[in-house]
Amino acid sequence: MAGVQANRLANGGLIDRLVSLNFRFDGKSFSGFQGDTLASALVANGVKLVGRSFKYHRPRGILTAGSEEPNALVELRSGARCEPNTKATTAELYEGLEAASQNRWPSLRHDLMAVNQLFAPIFVAGFYYKTFMWPAKFWEAIYEPAIRRAAGLGRAAGIADPDHYDKAWAHCDVLIAGSGPAGLAAALAAGRSGARVILCEEDFALGGRLLSDGGTIDGMPAAEWISRTLTELVALPDVRIMTRTTLFGVYDGGTYGALERVNDHLPSPPEHQVRQRLWRIVAKRCVVAAGAIERPIVFAGNDTPGVMMASAMRTYVARYAATPARRIALFTNNEDGWRTVETALGAGLQVAAVVDARPDVSPAHRSLASKGGFPVLNGSVSAVDGGKDGVSKISVSLTGGARAEVEADGLAVSGGWNPAVGLTSYHRGRPKWQDNIAAFVPDGAPPGMVAVGAANGAFTLGACLSQGFAAGAQAARDAGRSGKAGSVPVAADEAFSLTPLWHVAGKGKAFVDQQHDVTASDIELAQREGFESVEHLKRYTTLGMATDQGKTSNVAGLAIMAAVTGKSIPETGTTIYRPPYVPVAIGAFAGHHRDENFHATRLTPSHHWAAEQGAIFVDTGLWKRAQWYPRAGEKDWLESVTREVKAVRSGVGFCDVSTLGKIDVHGPDAGAFLDRVYINTFSNLAVGKARYGLMLREDGMVYDDGTTSRLAEEQYFLTTTTAKAGPVMQHLEFCRQVLFPELDVQLTSVSDQWAQFSIAGPKTRDLLREIVDPAEDLSNEGFPFMGAREVALRGGIKARLFRISFSGEMAFEISVPARHGDALVRNLMQAGAPFGVTPYGTEALSVMRIEKGHVAGPELSGTTTAADLGLGKMMSTKKDFVGRVMAGREALVAADRQVVVGIKPTDKASRLRSGAHVIPKSEIPGPGNDQGYVTSVCFSPTLDQWIGLGLVERGRERIGEIVHAHDPLRGEDYDVELCNPVFYDPDGGRQRG
Amino acid sequence: MRIVCPFCGERELGEFTYLGDAKPQRPAADASEDAVYDYVYLRDNIAGVMSEHWYHGGGCRSWLKITRNTLTHEISTVEPAAGAGAAKVGA
Repeated sequence: MAGVQANRLANGGLIDRLVSLNFRFDGKSFSGFQGDTLASALVANGVKLVGRSFKYHRPRGILTAGSEEPNALVELRSGARCEPNTKATTAELYEGLEAASQNRWPSLRHDLMAVNQLFAPIFVAGFYYKTFMWPAKFWEAIYEPAIRRAAGLGRAAGIADPDHYDKAWAHCDVLIAGSGPAGLAAALAAGRSGARVILCEEDFALGGRLLSDGGTIDGMPAAEWISRTLTELVALPDVRIMTRTTLFGVYDGGTYGALERVNDHLPSPPEHQVRQRLWRIVAKRCVVAAGAIERPIVFAGNDTPGVMMASAMRTYVARYAATPARRIALFTNNEDGWRTVETALGAGLQVAAVVDARPDVSPAHRSLASKGGFPVLNGSVSAVDGGKDGVSKISVSLTGGARAEVEADGLAVSGGWNPAVGLTSYHRGRPKWQDNIAAFVPDGAPPGMVAVGAANGAFTLGACLSQGFAAGAQAARDAGRSGKAGSVPVAADEAFSLTPLWHVAGKGKAFVDQQHDVTASDIELAQREGFESVEHLKRYTTLGMATDQGKTSNVAGLAIMAAVTGKSIPETGTTIYRPPYVPVAIGAFAGHHRDENFHATRLTPSHHWAAEQGAIFVDTGLWKRAQWYPRAGEKDWLESVTREVKAVRSGVGFCDVSTLGKIDVHGPDAGAFLDRVYINTFSNLAVGKARYGLMLREDGMVYDDGTTSRLAEEQYFLTTTTAKAGPVMQHLEFCRQVLFPELDVQLTSVSDQWAQFSIAGPKTRDLLREIVDPAEDLSNEGFPFMGAREVALRGGIKARLFRISFSGEMAFEISVPARHGDALVRNLMQAGAPFGVTPYGTEALSVMRIEKGHVAGPELSGTTTAADLGLGKMMSTKKDFVGRVMAGREALVAADRQVVVGIKPTDKASRLRSGAHVIPKSEIPGPGNDQGYVTSVCFSPTLDQWIGLGLVERGRERIGEIVHAHDPLRGEDYDVELCNPVFYDPDGGRQRG
Repeated sequence: MRIVCPFCGERELGEFTYLGDAKPQRPAADASEDAVYDYVYLRDNIAGVMSEHWYHGGGCRSWLKITRNTLTHEISTVEPAAGAGAAKVGA
């Protein structure tokens, strides 16, 4: 029942007892206080069983009190906001919180999947590799679904996340990771020196272990020192403190990734706020004060609910005033573990016994034991009795061989501490072994970074403060700040002693990696089977590959491997460290770039007008282009497109072609420059004329095409295809700046400056005369085919007019400054009404270009030469140009290349589809006789049948030949005729008329 | 990664595009096919300090010659291409 927190101490803790919060776990109601995590609130309510394990469905409890937690993972929230694998140890409690345990069925207490434990012998290391070898098709159909049901963690929501995520940049002199004593001291020194400081703390409260362990700094209690320090930091002008923010990655050039959980501590983000924000922080220096992680000792039953890290146990007692057990035992191999006993006694808990693996226990601790009335046993814990209701009895192997039993309902374990070496090792750094603490410590760090305090293997309070302070002051100086850092905070150094102990032999499963259910015997088995290298060990057993990335298990796993191979731990080595330090939601990486904002959208100048007409749009790159303009009564796209084509061929139509890339080429050497980038010559193009150009890559393949016009002696206007607008600009800049720097020429991208429309059809001039100033001569003589010049429009606006045709009709392209595009399109509609002007989209454009045999994207595939496209004669032999030499290679000029040819089904009623393979008639299709394929198809209203273009071996020599179109993808086979690719007006009279 | 563009100052990696080895020089117009083949296809794959072409497409559109250690991503020099910025070399 809510309201009763049976395991909450009457006093103490950093919780706000005035703010009571109700929450539900697996449907049961509980209550906690502001300042609780979900884990501490569960502890306060006496909940020990919080989850089932990954493979064996063993009952599991809470092991830690931080982001290293392997066991206490829950599904937090419900519905679309349900977030699986959330650590109860870092999830802040809020009113109405809902959480559910994972990987159990039908319920946490009665999990039928626990039957997996009976099959434990088959779930050993290398299980997947050994079991599911054969037959291959069984994997997807049977094995994987079965395993996914039986093993695993939480379930994804399965519906779109309703929340927003943000991405942001920050810049600073000194970035500090962690706000324990070392981090706060670093911030003080750097901030006082005048540095711009960002301090990131993953917890919602600042202080790190000080919040749980207290201590005396500068003669005052730790809590008071924290509070004074914060007051000073906040008053400094350039110190930014970011709580709920985890530094998760280190990137090149002093760039760091951080995740700020802006509103994870609320049921849902307030309106207009984001849930999380991904920070990219650029810092001149970084001080890593990320602390250390207490490590378990591996023994049989060490995963029983109620077995907890010693430091976590005192965090629950001291910080949250919540008691994980009433009668605790401690199993330690070091001095620090004893602090838990002191905290427990201070809180009035019973201590059943201390099992200390060290031969010598200090007199002070012995007197504490006699005062507390509990035995100190020299030896190790070899087994734990208990189950889903927690620990009941502990078996101890005493040094010398005797055995003892201890009755307790909680067991605190301390195997020593591992510095958090992740951040310092992300640039393939390998930490080094330090014997006196039996742990890996950073061995150098990425440029600009330094580790201090516990993250650097300095576990005492005095050392944390002095190292942090010195590093903060140095970082500020390195960043060019010269202010005075002031005096260093001072504290005493605690006694330290540790006897390494990793694994206690015994009967029953002893877990190394609790999240992936990897046991000590799995590691021994891996060694026997030859997987001794740490990288092999990791992949064979999956040790350290769960969401916790082995924060509590990796070093113990290495130590056990070292023991069975007879090597030292440093000889055994560590695996490579890779970011992120904690799981980061994909949503945070995506930020606002999702759904319609996945990428930027470019709208043509006529877009809004086209939308008013009910145009159907197609995405081409970032652009939205009108694909066709349906009219009432038209039953499908084909009917609309056919109408548009017929209207152009018989009257007049227009199409927005503003998406083409447009580049102004200026300078005395503009013509010479174009001669080097195009296969044909442009320096001899007359002013006022346009010419079709083709450019190659340096390897001889066609790169792009388009028309380029000479507007003045030293000014050309070059167009590219829509798709290649950006790449061609980049290529031309490369040619200009790197290949031909001696040429006096400048390039300007003007793609977005001009709205450009193609106006095509026999009545084009009639329409244009309504738009263009009557003084302009648009006659065939005054403005011949391939003419290009500036004209005045009625009303005075200057426009560029190009007499070029992609449709094969009498046509012009007109361009006006982009801001006039919308007005122009409306004018064209109004002025064109008497001529039946018809807007047409990209489909009709494509139909007409196929009818004319013009190549486009499907033919400019990057594997075709100019000759393949039927444009080989354009290649000048009088000059050098990009791609010239390579285009002459033997294979590129071979007679049997696949070249562009027209294709039409022999049965006029038959549909042609692109992608169909061309096979000699009457032959059985196979790779040996595949002679090419259909690249572009359309229904030609002009020919009243499907037609297409294809790339076919020796195609141009085979005009008239009947071949076979084989389309295994769609299961179609039909005969087609190879024909002239120019289906419509082959002599070009219409476009010149 | 951060690149100090000689025209724009220090900018983020996302503004730049990588092309590759800056060492090969485009052969003269009368060069043999073999020489051009080497220029187009043969590249050193250096584990260490390398001269590379980068394009500041998200900024000034300059081509840059960057000396970078491919093992550490440390950038030692950034120079504009011969024809970057200026209208003409030797003008």
